[in-house]
Amino acid sequence: MRLTPKSATLIVLALLVAITPFFFPSGYYYRVGALLFVNGIAVTGIVILTGYAGQISLGHAGFAGIGAYACALAPVHWGLHPALAAVLGAAISAVLAYLVGRPILRLKGYYLGVATLGFGILVSMVLNNERQLTRGPDGIEVADLGLREVLKGWGLNLTNGEFWYFFCGLCLIIGAWLALNLHNSPTGRALRALHGSEVAARTVGVDVARFKLQAFVISAVYASVAGSLLALQNKFITPDVAGFMHSVEMVTMAVLGGVGSVLGAIFGAGILTLLPQVLTVFAEYEQMVLGLVMLLVMIFLREGLLPSILKKFWGKDE
Amino acid sequence: MLTVEGLRSRYGRIEVLHGIDLHVDSGEIVTVVGANGAGKTTLLRCLSGVQPVTGGSITFRGELLVPVPAYKRLRRGLAQSPEGRQIFTNLSVEENLRLGAFLFNDERVEKDMDDAFQMFPILKEKRNLAAGGLSGGQQQMLAMARALMGRPSCLLLDEPSMGLAPIIVSQIFDVVKGLKALNVTVLLVEQNAFGALKIADRGYVMETGHITMNGAAEELIADPRIREAYLGI
Repeated sequence: MRLTPKSATLIVLALLVAITPFFFPSGYYYRVGALLFVNGIAVTGIVILTGYAGQISLGHAGFAGIGAYACALAPVHWGLHPALAAVLGAAISAVLAYLVGRPILRLKGYYLGVATLGFGILVSMVLNNERQLTRGPDGIEVADLGLREVLKGWGLNLTNGEFWYFFCGLCLIIGAWLALNLHNSPTGRALRALHGSEVAARTVGVDVARFKLQAFVISAVYASVAGSLLALQNKFITPDVAGFMHSVEMVTMAVLGGVGSVLGAIFGAGILTLLPQVLTVFAEYEQMVLGLVMLLVMIFLREGLLPSILKKFWGKDE
Repeated sequence: MLTVEGLRSRYGRIEVLHGIDLHVDSGEIVTVVGANGAGKTTLLRCLSGVQPVTGGSITFRGELLVPVPAYKRLRRGLAQSPEGRQIFTNLSVEENLRLGAFLFNDERVEKDMDDAFQMFPILKEKRNLAAGGLSGGQQQMLAMARALMGRPSCLLLDEPSMGLAPIIVSQIFDVVKGLKALNVTVLLVEQNAFGALKIADRGYVMETGHITMNGAAEELIADPRIREAYLGI
């Protein structure tokens, strides 16, 4: 039986989540793993926006910030359950993405990059400066999700690290599954078509502006959910989550691993999550090393790390 | 079926179509021939809605077409196989065809795809390969097949013979001729005047943004001026 890229990706992810814990030397690695999965969710959104539809956003951390602060603020101010707060954050992100994207995505080219850059910085400024609400740059604590206690009641006793590792892993698999389904749906085909040629996409009846907007909104929701998960597992969040560097990081991860494929992008997220842990000794040079890695990948492995590696070994994609 | 009256269009300050009049009746194959830079492609771009029209009117099946955005024109039955083919190179052949039927979601899609494969058997062989890997002739076949998947009543073809070997060109022209049997009206824009006029019912000759001659295709082929200017005889 020949595996489709979709089932292959899901199997690899499931194995990754299930098996790697056996090799963890300490509980700390659950935390790194959970962080990797959260980044994986965010870059899966980037794959939809950039890999499928060919649009670039430099402000996705803004949506992550909205998702994170929704989880911090809504439970305190409106007594919302943290899970519902995450849903609220995703809804706000979707609406904002719609409002920002609607006028911009009628234009051709990289205007979305410029507009989202401004949007991300705006969100970051609000989070930093609205001290009465967000407590500014010092950050704010986030309520507990409470799901671990529920599981405990069912006889499933997990440590905090284990819980977040498996929960984020599950969320990532669901997110990847949705993105892969989108890839082969008529909508996904329309996105990949307009990526290739907007003129030809129009001649077959694709409303290019509408589909670009759809991709942008969907990817904003991914970023928002990633932000929420980050806030909930850390139980604390600072405005850095919405910072410009975080936006760049998301795009870097996706491009590094291979923005055209979900697994590739998650692979990139993995590398850029693990690398700083390994390179703690060279903390001052981190940005420099990352820049160098990016440069080399862009020059020698244009499709991204994973697709290039696979091509080398199997002689074809995935 | 398709009527163009006094059509004008410009790129920036330079007008390239200075009032084009032409009409295509239902069931006809009509060709617009002319040299490079005569404005043929601009004319088709206006018809498909990706080029702004600055004057005149386009009527398609009794409706004014100019205010209709490009992506809605296929819904009215007007399909295009655009200049330079513009197939989706990163998608498979089959995905290209499915995109041609983007507006439809019924059993007829599969039947139309079978018909397309029957028309161009090579596409069936390559259905799962990336369309970018096809040869020029195969890409042209795919572009036409994709356009037909949209169930058009009128098909606009832009230079289907461009850059292809003579044997492939005659194959493509045979297919265009065969579209008549499928009740598809064709507006064919070509530099290859001889090949186009041979399969067409009527023809228009375009020069620097004007229609300079028109008439029945066989009359145009016989016309000494055309023979000299375009047919090289």
